Amino acid sequence: MRRRTLLASTALLPFGARVLSAAPPPEAITPALIEAAKKEGKVSYYTAMDLSVAEPVARAFEARYPGIKVAVERTGSERLFNRIAQEAASKIHKVDVVNSADAAHFLPWKRQGWLAPFLTVEMAENVPAGLRDPDGMYVTQRTHLSAIAYNTSLVKPEDAPRGFADLLDPKYAGKMVKGHPGYSGTIMTATQQLSQVLGWGWFEKLAKQKVLQVQSATEPPKKVEAGERAIAVDGSDYLFWMARERGAPIQVVHAVEGTPLITNPMAVFKAAPNPNAARLLAGWIMSAEGQQFIVDLSGQYPANRLIKAKAGRPALASIKTLPEDPAAVEKQADEIKARYAKIFKV
Amino acid sequence: MSRTLDLSRSVLLAVAALLAVMIVLPVGWLVVYSLSDKEGAATLGNFATLFTDPTFVDPLITTLIIAVSVSLLCCLVAAPLGWLVARTDMPLARSVRTLVMASLVTPPFVGAIAWEMLAAPNSGLLNQLWRAISGMPADEALLDIYSLEGLIFVIACYTFPYVFILVANALDRMPGELEDASSMLGAKTWDTARRITVPLALPTLLAGALVAFLQALNLFGSPAILAIPAGFHTLTTRIWSLFQFPPKPELAAAASLPLLILTILLLRGQALALGRRGYAVLGGKYGEPRLIRLGALKWPAAGLALLVLAMPLFLPYAALFNSAFSRVASRIVSFETATLHNFRFTFFELSSTMPALKNTFLLAASSATLGALLALLIAYIVARKAVTGHRVLGFLATAPLAIPGIVLGVGLFLAYTRPPLTLYGTLWILLIAFVTIELPAAYQQLSSAFHAVHPELEEAGRMLGATRLRTLADITAPLLRSAVIATWCFIFVAVIRELSAAVILFTSDTKVLSVLIFDLKESGDVGAIAVLSLAMVAITTLVVAAANRFSGTRLQARPVS
Repeated sequence: MRRRTLLASTALLPFGARVLSAAPPPEAITPALIEAAKKEGKVSYYTAMDLSVAEPVARAFEARYPGIKVAVERTGSERLFNRIAQEAASKIHKVDVVNSADAAHFLPWKRQGWLAPFLTVEMAENVPAGLRDPDGMYVTQRTHLSAIAYNTSLVKPEDAPRGFADLLDPKYAGKMVKGHPGYSGTIMTATQQLSQVLGWGWFEKLAKQKVLQVQSATEPPKKVEAGERAIAVDGSDYLFWMARERGAPIQVVHAVEGTPLITNPMAVFKAAPNPNAARLLAGWIMSAEGQQFIVDLSGQYPANRLIKAKAGRPALASIKTLPEDPAAVEKQADEIKARYAKIFKV
Repeated sequence: MSRTLDLSRSVLLAVAALLAVMIVLPVGWLVVYSLSDKEGAATLGNFATLFTDPTFVDPLITTLIIAVSVSLLCCLVAAPLGWLVARTDMPLARSVRTLVMASLVTPPFVGAIAWEMLAAPNSGLLNQLWRAISGMPADEALLDIYSLEGLIFVIACYTFPYVFILVANALDRMPGELEDASSMLGAKTWDTARRITVPLALPTLLAGALVAFLQALNLFGSPAILAIPAGFHTLTTRIWSLFQFPPKPELAAAASLPLLILTILLLRGQALALGRRGYAVLGGKYGEPRLIRLGALKWPAAGLALLVLAMPLFLPYAALFNSAFSRVASRIVSFETATLHNFRFTFFELSSTMPALKNTFLLAASSATLGALLALLIAYIVARKAVTGHRVLGFLATAPLAIPGIVLGVGLFLAYTRPPLTLYGTLWILLIAFVTIELPAAYQQLSSAFHAVHPELEEAGRMLGATRLRTLADITAPLLRSAVIATWCFIFVAVIRELSAAVILFTSDTKVLSVLIFDLKESGDVGAIAVLSLAMVAITTLVVAAANRFSGTRLQARPVS
């Protein structure tokens, strides 16, 4: 019964068949697209990437395509997801390009038909198919890790934790800071991964360690650099590295249990108010030029295979990582938030 | 009499309808939502959840503990300080009074962020200083702002000025004769204070305690900054968290109602307490209050007053300046290490800065203009008893006082995310919120100003054939100029620092400065926060200074969140 109605409604759509089929034909960045984008003159980029990277990326794009202003709307992925849902419910269409650290968000967005298929020639050639949605609805922009890290002027290397189990040691009580899965997509993904590997019992024990709870995964690196807490349970690893490279006493730890891997998908919204500028921005970010810029600045792992990872950073392949499971995150997200709030009281 | 059509009746109806919509619509939707389940069916389940689920009960209890503690702490500090300033020969009394008023310019969330810089257990500047002085080991802390006590302290810092102003003003007005009589009858200075001054000031102090209680109860800004790292929720932060995904507006509405009801009850209580003030000022003309000589205690008293002022003023601003010029907030800046990096980032890289500044100015100016006009109109109708039913207007204009900012935000969100008026996502919804929030204070200010203008002047105008509106424009308004300017500035300043309603109602296009600071806090970008906060306070101070200059009236302070 239900199936028949579904089939019937698909048949009614003129392009129903195409929606079900594979990726759209790759499009080139044509002068016509650039012209149309310039006519729009602006593009809004919703992202969870730290402002110290996101804003320079926006400025670099503006320099590359003068006349198009990028408005960066940065907040934690879970708050972005909420904001987009709230805006859509009120028929407010502000978002052009979105980029979230919680890959699970792209599943309902795609299902609800909110995303526009988007594939450039360069993406088709140089971004591995595994990093792209088969229907071309989203693409991994870059990858980072949610790493443990410590302040070396507060913790000696021999006293440092080697993994998540070590963090339960009473000697670390009151010395840790951690992000929150209700706000951060990085932490949401990592919480799902860790609840699989370590179980919720680990979180319950961790909560007894007097952990300083912050919201975004971009804050623990700042708290550790400031010396407010000696150890970060989690946090966007590129910020630990960037701080270290500017001379902060920070050491990143890749946990023996495995480090949560966070892909950062990006999509263009179907109802984008600036569809051409949106395509141009997304296309540029995925181009060798855009990817090189992100890598040079932040050392996150690029998706474009023409670009090499930043020198001085460990190769992604050399790190034991915990795989992402967006479908599971989508299913469990509400329960994870509720459970986490109960355990950590916030 | 007048040949032109008198618009007063239709104006009354229009204003009454407007006010009713402004208040009844959001509160009505709150009630409807609180009694509905997700599908919209009637239920009491939300209230059952509210009073049984520990994730609601705990914040409720925490909030009450905070409100009571803040209230007590404020009275403990404000009463002696108010007495020192108003009734003793303490040196610097005038400056202390001005500085306490000035400390109110600081938005509570900015104060909380500044105190985080000062008293975070490890990186806090005061803790570092104390370690350097006392040799305390690195992992111990003198102060921990991430705690219930820390939050109570920070809220009290920015609440006690309200109590102080009430107390100091009451002591100013208190007749000196009663105290003189007491001392003539042989009572010692301290006996007079105990037997005469304190009992006379007590109703005011009680009212002040209620103001502080209300402020702490409904405050969103400071808890939003400190409660999550401290590991608990207050009722307002919990309501806010219900707007995170998956949003639960029914529960948010239900959780808002206790705040609303408690606020209404306490305001009644406050009216009763202040209503009794009458016996202190009954009858006749009084002499200037007599100043008590402190003698040798003069300078220690002044020192104490300055120490109190360090908490909301000197220390937090020192910390903000330090962070603004520092790459890492926990480092004390020197001439060699000072950097303009944060200024460059905030004003040239951060793409939200300019839109937020623009929105903030636009909203502050339009809310101030609209709010002052509306308040003027209502105050006029009520003060001149222009039409029958004028009392209803006065009541409606003060009613929003009972609606906490975050509750109004929730109510407006529910009311204007649906047809016919889908205002969510526009600046209009913020304008409505700000005008509603500021109307009571604006109305009170202007209605007291009206009492100073004699109706005879207006009657003359009316007799010469002018309509009410015309008389208002040509005669009354010019006489009220300074009060209107003061009210305009007051609303302007209050809007710039408003967070609790804005944080529920903003969208990416309608972000204001306070929300931008709040967003930056989420990612811990302290340097940019310091720069924006200082900019915000600088703008506010300029406006207040201009207001004082042009109007000659002193701005009255009122709690905002």
